[in-house]
Amino acid sequence: MSAHDLELPLIAARPFDPEDATPLELNPTLTVDWLVEFLRDEIVRRRGFRRAVVGLSGGVDSSLTAYLCALALGAENVFGVRMPYRTSSQDSLDHAAMVAEALGLPMSTVEITGAVDGYLSLEPDADGRRRGNVMARTRMVVLFDQSAKLSALPVGTGNKTERLFGYFTWHADDSPPVNPLGDLYKTQVWQLASAVGVPEVIVRKPASADLVVGQTDEGDFGISYGRADRVLYYLLRGYTPEKLVEIGFPATEVGLVVGRLSSTHWKRHLPTSAMLSTTSINDYYLRPVDY
Amino acid sequence: MSYTVAVAQLKPKKADYQHNLARVAGAFEQVAHLAPRPDVLVLPETAMSGYFLEGGVRESSRTAQELFTDLLARFRGCFPPDAALDVVVGFYEAAEGRYYNSALYATLSGTECPEQARIVHVHRKFFLPTYGVFDEKRFVARGRTIAAFSTRLGPAAMLICEDAWHSVSSAVAALQGALSLYVLSASPGRGFEGATTGNLQRWDRLLPGIAEEHNVFVVYAGLVGFEGGKGFTGSSRIVDPWGAEVVRGPVAGECLLTGSVDLDLLAAARAGTPLLMDLESNLGDLSLMLDRLVRGPHELLGGSL
Repeated sequence: MSAHDLELPLIAARPFDPEDATPLELNPTLTVDWLVEFLRDEIVRRRGFRRAVVGLSGGVDSSLTAYLCALALGAENVFGVRMPYRTSSQDSLDHAAMVAEALGLPMSTVEITGAVDGYLSLEPDADGRRRGNVMARTRMVVLFDQSAKLSALPVGTGNKTERLFGYFTWHADDSPPVNPLGDLYKTQVWQLASAVGVPEVIVRKPASADLVVGQTDEGDFGISYGRADRVLYYLLRGYTPEKLVEIGFPATEVGLVVGRLSSTHWKRHLPTSAMLSTTSINDYYLRPVDY
Repeated sequence: MSYTVAVAQLKPKKADYQHNLARVAGAFEQVAHLAPRPDVLVLPETAMSGYFLEGGVRESSRTAQELFTDLLARFRGCFPPDAALDVVVGFYEAAEGRYYNSALYATLSGTECPEQARIVHVHRKFFLPTYGVFDEKRFVARGRTIAAFSTRLGPAAMLICEDAWHSVSSAVAALQGALSLYVLSASPGRGFEGATTGNLQRWDRLLPGIAEEHNVFVVYAGLVGFEGGKGFTGSSRIVDPWGAEVVRGPVAGECLLTGSVDLDLLAAARAGTPLLMDLESNLGDLSLMLDRLVRGPHELLGGSL
């Protein structure tokens, strides 16, 4: 018997692949069922609403949110509101209408140009960032007023990636009391959107806040959602930036993601109150949101 | 002996003890009319209040005696005067100037057999999860014991949620002679990659593992419903001493499960895989090793115990 005959069959574990998106893949049926139950519980059982209002931007986040709300409450109980500014793209408006039509949900359009320009006429030097924030906050004024008008609970559409990047306007996009997508990375939003039947043209188009003509999220970030989500996934599980670089993630991408994450913790919290007593709210006096 | 178990998989109303007491009374009413009538009704962790209370534990806690008195009154409103029912229920307990996440085991009985009615045992959660979404050590004190106790349905023990995630807990209970192990849980769903949620996959490994290792019956009662965006994964069940499920409830939604527990089967199961007896015979060595682990840090510091 030769040495070759004694050689054992080798079974080697696959090396770690930083390009592998498998860990981010969800069971779509399980997840959608859970989110639908979450919406029913939060909107109907806890808050006593039967209807929801969703700001339809024509993007994948608000489209998926509308689909989930329709599954939870019935399409006739979900109000879509388009809130275009004069520079908003026609595609955005068309895609929002496509979602409303596909689901059969009632939709209205509230132009925010007059309100936004009325204020900005007093601030003609406002830069793009300020103008974008004014638009986002105006949309929340509209959404909450529509909520009162329609007796429908505003449902948020922010995803986990943009929350972690701080890529939203504080006390605007993040203000609705219920958010089904807040623990879903953007790539997971895409996965679920395809699973529930959001039109592929919406799922596949480059994500954009549509605050400036030609703007895309990934252009603003300097990294694709797919690559950012993989870095975020491991960072939030406790991998250090140094470990991520060691196991194959590009140092520039890790640095970019860490920079955005670590500079925006404040946006994921309520305003900071000065603590003076041993009954300070949310420091000592602790009651859960549904208490 | 054999007995019939009912598990009420409930969604409590947050911090509303009276409402939840009425729901338990509803379960009593239903159980009273089942044939065969269950001998024990098991409810999940914090069934009297909901789980995530934070500082609200102060307002929603009761003494074991208060809960027992309330349950007994409701029981007597539903059952015939000669009937008895054991009940296992999770609640926030006020006791000895502290708050606990506890489980009450009580026997309730009618007015024709009042001598049977008693608090049999109170288990105070031993392992308090305080990580991630959990913050128990901040709001409740931990129990100091895991104990088997005698019931009219044979020796039993109770564990609450993370208690059961430590294999040593069920080992201690089984070594003390528990034949029926009641596991009460409020397990928030997390991890949506697989066929079921990640936490449920863990329970699916744990509960048959406990039953099979120690050859005990495991009765698991899981909370359901959402609390502040966190949904509990139910899946109450009875597992036999070979690790097979006798009956299982759904992930979401309230239900009443029933099944039978035949303690006569334990001897056969233990004869087939006498792991518990092996553990008993090796306890001396294990105890010395554990004792060394406990003393080690102190001895390194030069102290003597």
